[in-house]
Amino acid sequence: MTEILETEAAANDRRRAQVRKSLARRNGAETRFKLLGLASVLAAMAFVAVLFGNILMKGVPAFWQYNLDAEVFFDPAVINVPERPVQQPGQSAADFQAEMLAWQRRLALVNWNRLITASVQGAGAGVEIDDRSAVSVIDSGARFVLRDMVAADPALIGQTRTVRLLLSADGDNWAKGKLSRDLPDSRQQLSRPARDTIDALIASGAVHRSFAWHIFTNVDSRASPASAGLAGAFMGSFYMMLVVILLAVPVGVASALYLEEFAPKNRITDLIEVNINNLAAVPSIVFGLLGAAVFINIFHLPLSAPLVGGLVLTLMTLPTIIIATRSALRAVPPSLRQAALGIGASKMQMVFHHVLPVTFPGILTASIIGVAQALGETAPLLLIGMNAFVANIPATPLDQSAALPVQVYLWQGNENRNFFEERTFAAIIVLLGLMILLNALAIWLRTRLERKA
Amino acid sequence: MNATPESRAPLSGSRIRPSAPASVASSVSRISARDVTVHYGPKQAIFDVSIEIPEKSVTAFIGPSGCGKSTFLRCFNRMNDTIEGCKVGGLITIDGDDIHDPSLDVVELRARVGMVFQKPNPFPKSIYDNIAYGPRIHGLVKTKAETDDLVESSLKKAGLWKEVADRLDAPGTGLSGGQQQRLCIARTIATGPEVILMDEPCSALDPIATSIVEDLIHELRAQYTIIIVTHSMQQAARVSQKTAFFHLGKLIEYGETEQIFVNPKEKQTEAYITGRIG
Amino acid sequence: MTSLLIAALVLALMAVAYQQGVSRSKALAGVGRLHSRPQYHGALLALWATLPLLLILFLWLVTSGTLQDWYIAGQIPAEIAPGTSEYAGAAARLRNIASGFGVAGEAQAWETAAGVNLARFNTTLLMAAVGLGAILGVAALVLMRGRLSARMRARNHVEAAIKALLIFCSVVAILTTLGIVVSLVAETLRFFTFVSPVDFFFGTVWNPGYSTTSNDASGSYGMLPLLLGTVMISVIAMAVALPVGLMSAIWLTQYANPRLRNVIKPVIEVLAGIPTIVYGFFALVTVGPALSGLGDLVGLRVNATSALTAGIVMGIMIIPFISSLSDDIIRQVPRAMRDGSLGLGATKSETIRMVIVPAALPGIVGAILLAVSRAIGETMIVVLAAGNAPILRFNPAEPTSTFTVTIVTALTGDADFASPQSLVAFALGLTLFVITLMLNIGALAIVRKYREQYE
Repeated sequence: MTEILETEAAANDRRRAQVRKSLARRNGAETRFKLLGLASVLAAMAFVAVLFGNILMKGVPAFWQYNLDAEVFFDPAVINVPERPVQQPGQSAADFQAEMLAWQRRLALVNWNRLITASVQGAGAGVEIDDRSAVSVIDSGARFVLRDMVAADPALIGQTRTVRLLLSADGDNWAKGKLSRDLPDSRQQLSRPARDTIDALIASGAVHRSFAWHIFTNVDSRASPASAGLAGAFMGSFYMMLVVILLAVPVGVASALYLEEFAPKNRITDLIEVNINNLAAVPSIVFGLLGAAVFINIFHLPLSAPLVGGLVLTLMTLPTIIIATRSALRAVPPSLRQAALGIGASKMQMVFHHVLPVTFPGILTASIIGVAQALGETAPLLLIGMNAFVANIPATPLDQSAALPVQVYLWQGNENRNFFEERTFAAIIVLLGLMILLNALAIWLRTRLERKA
Repeated sequence: MNATPESRAPLSGSRIRPSAPASVASSVSRISARDVTVHYGPKQAIFDVSIEIPEKSVTAFIGPSGCGKSTFLRCFNRMNDTIEGCKVGGLITIDGDDIHDPSLDVVELRARVGMVFQKPNPFPKSIYDNIAYGPRIHGLVKTKAETDDLVESSLKKAGLWKEVADRLDAPGTGLSGGQQQRLCIARTIATGPEVILMDEPCSALDPIATSIVEDLIHELRAQYTIIIVTHSMQQAARVSQKTAFFHLGKLIEYGETEQIFVNPKEKQTEAYITGRIG
Repeated sequence: MTSLLIAALVLALMAVAYQQGVSRSKALAGVGRLHSRPQYHGALLALWATLPLLLILFLWLVTSGTLQDWYIAGQIPAEIAPGTSEYAGAAARLRNIASGFGVAGEAQAWETAAGVNLARFNTTLLMAAVGLGAILGVAALVLMRGRLSARMRARNHVEAAIKALLIFCSVVAILTTLGIVVSLVAETLRFFTFVSPVDFFFGTVWNPGYSTTSNDASGSYGMLPLLLGTVMISVIAMAVALPVGLMSAIWLTQYANPRLRNVIKPVIEVLAGIPTIVYGFFALVTVGPALSGLGDLVGLRVNATSALTAGIVMGIMIIPFISSLSDDIIRQVPRAMRDGSLGLGATKSETIRMVIVPAALPGIVGAILLAVSRAIGETMIVVLAAGNAPILRFNPAEPTSTFTVTIVTALTGDADFASPQSLVAFALGLTLFVITLMLNIGALAIVRKYREQYE
């Protein structure tokens, strides 16, 4: 009896020793594995940090641009135009428009650059500067600023006004120190007098940095990059989101309601389910192809129109909204349905009076997230012609327009890389800002509504 | 993850509850628990339980569901460590070793104190790999021949060898419920434990499979110290030598199985056994 | 102004019908017990009354343009030949006169007369449509009002109408798929009239000639270089995303304490919400030059725009996709499985490597397939950072091209829509669609089966 016990004890001891021997190796492996996991998480977080750090660091400076507070003399000798026409009684709208256009054409023919040259030369830099160099300091959009001032108020002619003129893209680059000062004249974008003038005017305070509101209020421009803005792209995106909200959300929710609450479980609804799940994973560019082939080529809807972009994005967002709504509906406890049916409500009444209100926060969140996703989508828009350069704010969803993500694409391709890299990051900040805003709204609404419920 | 020393209540060895009689010293006391408490977050699940469990016998924990018997069982191999917010206090020793001693690795403890769960939980691997898993990770086997031997002997001890000898490569999940549970027992045996904890091992099995597992427990008693949690009083009466009755996280009565069932000392025990509570 | 008036008319009709239905059914309630509440009778009547009006207005909307063109054709003198720019100009002038905007300069006498006629025609047409719709609507109202009865199952009828609307909405998703398939197949077949499918699928040279006419198929259209680029970039992306994503999911589910996890998980998922154009630009101006500089340090020539740049950035984009899918899947592995392994004395990492991951493997494979399908279809990152060089070569440090890049270049260029240079985009799109579809169906089937296993 004791013998058996002893051999058993010996066996136990041997096993314990073996286990203990394996411990160092295994605990080492455990630590390494855990560190590997931690390292992965840190790597992922580092990517987030680098991405956002990079965007902010490069994009934020673009929101401040250099301006010249110039004394502009609206020289009547230069601005040689007749009086602004007034609509005569009995004159048809078309005739008046034609006359007005003729007057504006005269105004457009004025050599506004002469006013700009004169004011740069007279700004007191103390540098001898030729006309061409003087013009190159100021953004070419300044011409239109002066023209629009006169068009709005012809009485300005002959007077002197202090006007804040944007520096040109090259001038802004120079002022921000993005251009090397060591390069020889032949390789500089700006002539020596232009560079010296800017330096002198910065020293005197006439040229200074201020917040570039025009990024939000101006449309895109090729001729005058320094004053190019996002207003057109913003409106385009706004119209598209409007279309998505008006179409994708109701259709998506209705479709989810039918599939989850009413549809019989048979092969056809199975097919619809598989179809929706697959549609959600179809690459976005394929939706662009659909838009190009069907909306543009068959229905002849206009190219570059927010309406078409909105339709394409609607089809793309639809599966997301359907899937999210269905899972929100599925989360409603069966007891609620049974209670509603139990007191004699019809199925339709049960769904619309009891189930839908409970799932409302979930549906709302899903919709906003779907819309935010659509807001950032680029590829399908390129295929329906939205990569065209548009220098207007679209008045209706059928007008040609850009969109925010497409504007990012267009600006990154601009030849003036030095200036537009920063500007592109600024556009990205605006785009991401809007998306974050939408997501924050979704979270806020959800917590608010859920607290109420 | 491991329960920190601070989380354990200070030891008060002198205070022994009357329901934990010191008179069970007829056989060597292998596992000893003193003033064990368990908290799940703010909620206390076990209140100052002290118990001495004899070697090479079957001890049954019975009591109405939610009485804490499973929670208490999981203290012996520190499985409660794996539950968020669960804190264990008091002193538990096996062969005089404190199981919460920082120098004792939880891996080492669990190799000594095996566990069989309520629902058969074979790994999604072959029958062979299910058995070999423990010995391999603990470095108990070196060669293929050693592993083969150990797999065979473990399956034989669990009474499963004849049924699966010709399909060791088949997935363990393909076996019937009773076979799966015996596979889990074999898997536990393979690591060479000294104590086997069984948490309602037959609750998911049909009556025939249950009686096979009960017979197996009976045989294993010769070699292992077994603690079994069961909700079935008949099962406790059939397989165990000692029985502990728990109620609302407290150990109400502990003694020889026959005495507990025939002549319970406590009112609550009697009430439970006669079916008035639980 | 007119449209507001029409909308008001529709609303008014609806309101009157609703009110009629309610009052009529209330009157009926005195006779016998109503089957449905009065509101349903009202809604039913409103539905009946407005439906004909809306239908006719819709018809007017669709046909009025054509009808107007037809009328104008009759007004313009025969010496201005249809189809010329002169004709289009004259038609535009007529429309402007008719709308009251007028034309610049003196309108010719025939123009003024035709304009007035056109205006009258337009008004008549609209009035006819509205009048007919209103009459039909009122007729339907009166007819249905008379048929209302206490036993009428008005609620059921209204609900059937709503249900029909819901069904129509569900069909939109099907129509979308159908639209995709039909349009891609049709345009691809058109493309194959220029280029043989064999040359397209097995050709090793991609060099479509430049052409603006619609039937010039010069150049080669072999898609293999694009396929290679696509596969190479996807492989690099997965090589980045899979280890990082999977290990993050493991750490977050198995090791992190819940509070930390609740902070970290959303931060990582931010990566999933960033538009791909942002990643593309980031790759182009930051990652590309950094990789190139790194290559110089170790003496390797790495192009700033290359498969490597695009692949790495795409990998970063896919990390949250892999990690959140794996997270879900790992959590579905039953706790009993984990406890069984821990109960045997396995360490946590042993449990994860030898029990949890093998148990979750089918689900993880499904997640990987979904991620690959996403990588293959990703567009903006590769458009900006892959370099658009459709050449068959295996060096990831060189520029390359993919299906998606080529689709974008083909359809954003100056080529005519009907030319093979444009149509090839649809052949590539169809190939892309079929590949991703197969990956998705496979992945969804695996994931679904996996879920069932543990439910």
